[in-house]
Amino acid sequence: MLQSIVERAGIATVSISLLLEVTRRVQPPRVLAVDRPLGYPLGLPHDAELQKRVMLASFDILPRAVSEMLVVEFQ
Amino acid sequence: MAQLSDLPLKHRLLIQGYPFRRVDWRPGTRLAKPLSQARIALITTAGYFLASQKPFDQSYRHNDCSFREIPWGTRADQLRIGQSSDAFDHSGIEADRNLGLPLDRLQELIEAGLVGASAPRHFSIMGSIVAPGRLISESGLEIARLLLEDGVDAALLVPL
Repeated sequence: MLQSIVERAGIATVSISLLLEVTRRVQPPRVLAVDRPLGYPLGLPHDAELQKRVMLASFDILPRAVSEMLVVEFQ
Repeated sequence: MAQLSDLPLKHRLLIQGYPFRRVDWRPGTRLAKPLSQARIALITTAGYFLASQKPFDQSYRHNDCSFREIPWGTRADQLRIGQSSDAFDHSGIEADRNLGLPLDRLQELIEAGLVGASAPRHFSIMGSIVAPGRLISESGLEIARLLLEDGVDAALLVPL
């Protein structure tokens, strides 16, 4: 919900989702779906390279113009 | 991918009855400049706060709709955890606060020239808010205003 408010204000947004069933209820603009347990959106503690890969994957979606929720799966 | 069925029953019931609000964000705002020139802000629902700040109120059924500004220059290990929901395993963010607000990683991406700059402040709210309308009206609009004031090009939201 907060994401949609920020996007509406004129700032490009992306969020990480660990639980798409919930994210779909909110329908934010851009979502990176990460297949990790709840509580681990950026991956593993102290795994800086994995954390940065997740961040860069989310940033990759930011230039995409969207008209409905766009979900990209983190590989 | 995690499923709702992974959650304890009380959280499944809460989510099933939760008054999710869809805010119409269309037509949307794409990032129109290279990432290497963009100013990025981070937003977390981990309820992080600094030792110098008022902790989030956890006494009223996780319904503290306020937010904390986390100034750029803060190290992740300086963050305290205000989120007490047992809907997720806390051991990850307890071991490494970057899982909820990757300040140290953002610094590294900037140093590597991949990201242009950090916003002067990042934002932390509580997750598991039972009154999303208040969260939107009290904090959401103000956070959006501050992000605009800071000249932020894009925001990464990390819900927990």
